Amino acid sequence: MNAGMVTSAYIIAAILFILSLAGLSAQNTARRGNRFGIAGMAIAVLATVFGGGVTEYGTLILMCAIGGAIGAVLAKRVEMTGMPELVAILHSFVGLAAVLVGFASYLAPESHHVGAERTIHDVEIYLGILIGGLTFTGSVVAYGKLSGKLDSKPLMLSFRHKLNLGIGLGCLVLLFMFVGAAPDADTARAGAHLAEDKRAGTAILMFMTLLAFGFGVHMVMAIGGADMPVVISMLNSYSGWAAAATGFMLSNDLLIVVGALVGSSGAILSYIMCRAMNRKFLSVIMGGFGGGSTAAAADGDEEQGEAVPIQADAVAELCRDADSVVIVPGYGMAVAHAQHPVAELTRKLKESGVDVRFAIHPVAGRMPGHMNVLLAEASVPYDLVLEMDEINEDLGDTDVVIVIGANDIVNPSAMDDPGSPIAGMPVLEVWKAKTVVVSKRSMATGYAGVENPLFFRDNTRMLFGDAKDSVSAILAAL
Amino acid sequence: MLIGVPNETRPGERRVAMTPATAKDIAKLGHELMIESGAGESADFADEAYREAGVEVVDDRKALYERAGMILKVRAPEGDEKALLEKDQVLACFFWPAQNEKLLAELAERGVTVLAMDSVPRISRAQKLDALSSMANIAGYRAVVEAANQFGRFFTGQVTAAGKVPPAKVLVIGAGVAGLAAIGAARGMGAIVRAFDTRPEVAEQVASMGAEFLFLEFDDKDADGDGGGGYAKVMSDEFIAAEMALFREQAKEVDIVITTALIPGRPAPELWTTDMVESMKPGSVVIDLAAEQGGNCKLTRADEVVEHAGVTIVGYTDLPSRMAAQSSQLYGTNLRHLLTDLTPDKDGVVDVNMDDEVIRGAAVAKGGLVTWPPPAPKLSAQPKKAAPKKLTAEEEAAAERDAAQAAAKAAKDAGGRLLTGSIVAGVALLLVGSVAPADFMSHFTVFVLACFVGYQVVWSVTPALHTPLMSVTNAISGIIVVGALLQISSASGAVVFLAAVATLIASINIAGGFLVTERMLKMFRKD
Repeated sequence: MNAGMVTSAYIIAAILFILSLAGLSAQNTARRGNRFGIAGMAIAVLATVFGGGVTEYGTLILMCAIGGAIGAVLAKRVEMTGMPELVAILHSFVGLAAVLVGFASYLAPESHHVGAERTIHDVEIYLGILIGGLTFTGSVVAYGKLSGKLDSKPLMLSFRHKLNLGIGLGCLVLLFMFVGAAPDADTARAGAHLAEDKRAGTAILMFMTLLAFGFGVHMVMAIGGADMPVVISMLNSYSGWAAAATGFMLSNDLLIVVGALVGSSGAILSYIMCRAMNRKFLSVIMGGFGGGSTAAAADGDEEQGEAVPIQADAVAELCRDADSVVIVPGYGMAVAHAQHPVAELTRKLKESGVDVRFAIHPVAGRMPGHMNVLLAEASVPYDLVLEMDEINEDLGDTDVVIVIGANDIVNPSAMDDPGSPIAGMPVLEVWKAKTVVVSKRSMATGYAGVENPLFFRDNTRMLFGDAKDSVSAILAAL
Repeated sequence: MLIGVPNETRPGERRVAMTPATAKDIAKLGHELMIESGAGESADFADEAYREAGVEVVDDRKALYERAGMILKVRAPEGDEKALLEKDQVLACFFWPAQNEKLLAELAERGVTVLAMDSVPRISRAQKLDALSSMANIAGYRAVVEAANQFGRFFTGQVTAAGKVPPAKVLVIGAGVAGLAAIGAARGMGAIVRAFDTRPEVAEQVASMGAEFLFLEFDDKDADGDGGGGYAKVMSDEFIAAEMALFREQAKEVDIVITTALIPGRPAPELWTTDMVESMKPGSVVIDLAAEQGGNCKLTRADEVVEHAGVTIVGYTDLPSRMAAQSSQLYGTNLRHLLTDLTPDKDGVVDVNMDDEVIRGAAVAKGGLVTWPPPAPKLSAQPKKAAPKKLTAEEEAAAERDAAQAAAKAAKDAGGRLLTGSIVAGVALLLVGSVAPADFMSHFTVFVLACFVGYQVVWSVTPALHTPLMSVTNAISGIIVVGALLQISSASGAVVFLAAVATLIASINIAGGFLVTERMLKMFRKD
């Protein structure tokens, strides 16, 4: 295969990747989209391998086989409630790969660049490693938080803004040192000395990598559990930019295209998540939400009234008498693995002629679309699962709304109380329904640390207990 | 505590203060229960049903009064019943302390604690023991049933083979609990319902029940008739004149009038005058729910059905009692909630806690003293809404103009920002282009275009598929494997090692990402 053919193959692969993302615009084309992605990847890899310049087939095949096998096992074993963790750890791999490729590219004796080209190449390497490094550790910490191995509360160092600023400045200074320290081919030294001259540059790169690792850890440590949808999409975006930077450093257009696609995809998701929480992207990334605002929220608390508890058999009766039921799932459903009883409940109610639908808030759960995947796993037909904007208007005509393990996304004070920390966040207006049943373990506040007046409304009933047990009890009573 | 429920003594009273269902719940609070034989009979609850619920049935009323620590009743005690109450006994019933001051003083003197269910404060926390609302709800419903009984035609409009039947027109005056219940019942039977209330803020509730709210053509700064606590207040003369004009007009049209207007502590206002009755069509019906307080219609006679100029005027005062089973169930539940508040520890010990706002309101006599009226309750119900200010045409136009200007300014600002941003980005691009080599610029072109393509494509992804989107982008960002593959054949051992590891982990990504996406998408199915 000559260089022209390789480029053609890359163009085909890039088109297939774009079609792959476009396929995800609807459920019925989504699987085709995934196949396009697989085809694109196969073409890209084969074209690279047979494009000349690759001779180490043994190592290559071995590595691909081992990696592929590990990936396949991961994909097969993962539970749908564990999807956020898997996505996070996969992001970290991209980051790590970008770091490794960056170092390899710097150390490779084959690269010769001069003048402005060399400076740009060095900057590309530097940026590729920087983004890759912070994506790597950031994703690892996100994985730890999501899987419960790390405390999901935000880590609040009092000097955290200064620390971030310091790391940022440090990276900038190192960049100039790095570009200055690199050997200049203009001086026409012998190739043998080249490696020696690169030693100083390598040291700087190593040091910067450590800084980037530290920055990634600190950044995600400071962000709390329920902001994870933003963090995951942001890391998704970074992994894309890391790939794009690698593409620049290797002068590979395919990498640039794919990196840009992934990067903008992640950026859009982060934006959607932030908008759904009515928060600024920067304030999420700065971290620390849910800690400092608690005190302010508590001040405004007056006598809220009384929450009225209800038993599962009474909920069953409510549902049986209702014409329409809307279920609002939240992270609590994922934690309790309650999606299967919920699906069963849906089926049973549908059979007895009740109109059952689901209302999904964009930030419900720990990653974008988390709830949809869980419900799909439990075989809930996706046409019953509606987005917030699709269903909010119908909630007023709904007889019974069942909130399972959600809190802030159904908090009326986001709309009524301008002083609330979550004021202005779009929420599901469940309180407009005739009756709201809230399944919850206790009266504790949600992630934002805000009291939820919904629990004290006249038409709200509290069903205390583990979500799975509660839903199973409703099922039994039906 | 041993709680006793005696027979009601008032003739015609069919309700009972406890049903077998509420008895079971009260027993859970640690109380023992007894009931006089036959107390529930007129509400269709047999002695046997009470026995099954664990209630002791006693024949002797005197013994019941002697043994019980607390008495639950519907009506205030009358005749020789009064003498049976002793010191330290607790009595809960509809007491109406304002009308029964003498009886209240007498019982207080003897040391009886009296909890008046009609004096429970109207705050949101006390709604579950608001027995007045429970009874008003039933009265409103029953009013429609009585009206249908007297009315000679259908409520709902029908087109039959024998001809067309127009729907009945019902006017409900006073949209309190009873009024709203009447609206609901009349709507349910298919009538056209209109409603009037002096408090314009209830218009929304009226509309939600499916009735048309009649607004007054009237200009008054304090036309809001809210007298606090969910009741109306006395209105100005002008207001009443406008109201009367509205009613006179309606009288010619409507078939059924249900009046529920009450002002606390005063005789019922006369709203439906004799001339209005006379202008109604023959066969029309007036149901006067205020009959006990003198009636909203002068022709009303309490507990009687009278006819005037072909119009039937119903003045029953015992509507809840006419649905004794339902009333007893609701009233019994209200009492059960009262007992829940009285026995917070569920240990069968009744504690009349005067610090509790709800209990304080209900307790009209305690410890030998009359404790009525209670101090004014803190109003925690809905805050009073500011009446929507009516704007003059001029002000409205000005407001519109302002809004339009603000919108135009915002659009201009946004446009300005966009323009500035574009210029800055353009200049930055030119600067980069002026120093960067051509090779870099061609890659840069690809990069920027790919960002835009990604932006367009990803916005069209349905939110339900955001998780698969993330896993698929994860997989394709494994494309970084291409970079590693290009380096794996390097002459330098270190580079080969780094590239090999990179290949390994990127392969995990590719395989894992695509396979898990495939698995997820397989799960999405349609019904």
